[in-house]
Amino acid sequence: MVVTFLIPSPLRLFTDATSKVQLEVSATTVGEALEALSVRYPGVRDRVITERGEVREYVNIFVGDENIRDSGGLATPVRDGCEIMIVPSVAGG
Amino acid sequence: MNYSQAIRPKRGNAILMIGTTKGAFLLTASGARKQWQVSGPHLPGNVVYSAAFDARQGRSRIWLGSMNWAYGTTLRTSDDFGQSWANPESHPIKFPEDTGQALKQIWQIAIGSENEPDTLYCGVEPAALFQSRDGGESWSLVRGLFDHPHRPSWNPGNGGLCLHTVIPHPINPNRTLIAVSAAGVYRTDDGGATWQVKNKGIRADFQPEKYPEFGQCVHKVARHPSRPDRLFLQNHGGLYRSDDGGDTWNDIGNGVPSDFGFPIVMHPHEPDTAYIVPLEQEMRCGPEGKLRVYRTRNAGRSWEPLTRGLPQRGAYETVLRDGMANDQLDPAGIYVGTRSGKLYGSANGGNSWEVILEGLPPIVCVKTGMVEEVGSIRHPVAVSKSRKKAKAKPIARSRKRAA
Repeated sequence: MVVTFLIPSPLRLFTDATSKVQLEVSATTVGEALEALSVRYPGVRDRVITERGEVREYVNIFVGDENIRDSGGLATPVRDGCEIMIVPSVAGG
Repeated sequence: MNYSQAIRPKRGNAILMIGTTKGAFLLTASGARKQWQVSGPHLPGNVVYSAAFDARQGRSRIWLGSMNWAYGTTLRTSDDFGQSWANPESHPIKFPEDTGQALKQIWQIAIGSENEPDTLYCGVEPAALFQSRDGGESWSLVRGLFDHPHRPSWNPGNGGLCLHTVIPHPINPNRTLIAVSAAGVYRTDDGGATWQVKNKGIRADFQPEKYPEFGQCVHKVARHPSRPDRLFLQNHGGLYRSDDGGDTWNDIGNGVPSDFGFPIVMHPHEPDTAYIVPLEQEMRCGPEGKLRVYRTRNAGRSWEPLTRGLPQRGAYETVLRDGMANDQLDPAGIYVGTRSGKLYGSANGGNSWEVILEGLPPIVCVKTGMVEEVGSIRHPVAVSKSRKKAKAKPIARSRKRAA
């Protein structure tokens, strides 16, 4: 199946400046899809996932309109054609 | 004011690396240190708590510890004085999975001794020590310290549970001293396999037991390279000196308006001379609204305030633990960066001071280096195209060209 990742601008440094990455994956979950993205673009992994395997505190991942923090985290299911958006939280000062 | 893209130091020049909460600035000047060339901000938007300059074996490499609030903490390097910055795909400092820890901040980058020219250290939060033996290409957790039986009982200070000081011995590569807030001083004499607590004589006012084995909130330690058993220590309440490599500590806080403070720096050529910035403990600013650096020239028997050129009215300034540094020139340069974004410098060992920069974001670290070679080396680190004019050439496959 095909999933589309929407990449925030700071991470496009690691995706050949691409804001939309379409990948053919065999993933069933967000975690597996992210793994596939990280194989294609290794610079993304550490900036989204900590060494404890958790999504970074100030990074949000949406599948469609749903924040995966509210829907099973990295175990959130993905389906063919879905969009996975990676976006930093609104914070700072 | 727009600063230049990169500094262009000459051989024998000092460079300053200023870490702020929103990026880094680089400065250089000739020996007189009258006119400073400034570049930056480098890594804009990133918190730069740590910096170091590696001039060993012909290198001229700037290291920055860089924390992005969303995307985590990494190490960045420049071999061309800020013209371009390598940006490794993987964060180089990572806790092994079995530790259950995740890196928050790199508090200290320490260059190993001359006789171990490929050794570097990083002190991090949560408190741990990482070491590289290949010039920074790969890093590993120092297990001997991480597995220390005291570690589960260490408690964080206000800044977090951080290993903020790493002092390699200039001659003996097996001996390294570290400090943790709030745990205190530990030393290895066997290259990191085992670590002994070295807090004998250091007070912990905030604990029922005033002289516990560990748990002291040591803020900074400085060692003099020509007399490596001579150490000065700024504690969370208390100033100390050790003449036996940290085995014992003696209180030297006589004659200062407050024995609370963060940084402590030694004179580069005089092992009896050290500098502190006393702070009032509650507000953590200079007492009486005065920014004063205090200097001892007799190993702590007495201290004198240095005020010429420093604001003495309404100056509620804070200088953090890495906010003061010396250079290696003669006469010595001493530099102080404040949380209000002002950088002061003295080119005469502290006798008089001038504002070098102001209007910076809050300064969290001031580090220096001496340029021994210019443009003579390039190490196998991929270089970013962080600036349009930068010529980038990836060398190592493990790293990626990126800003």
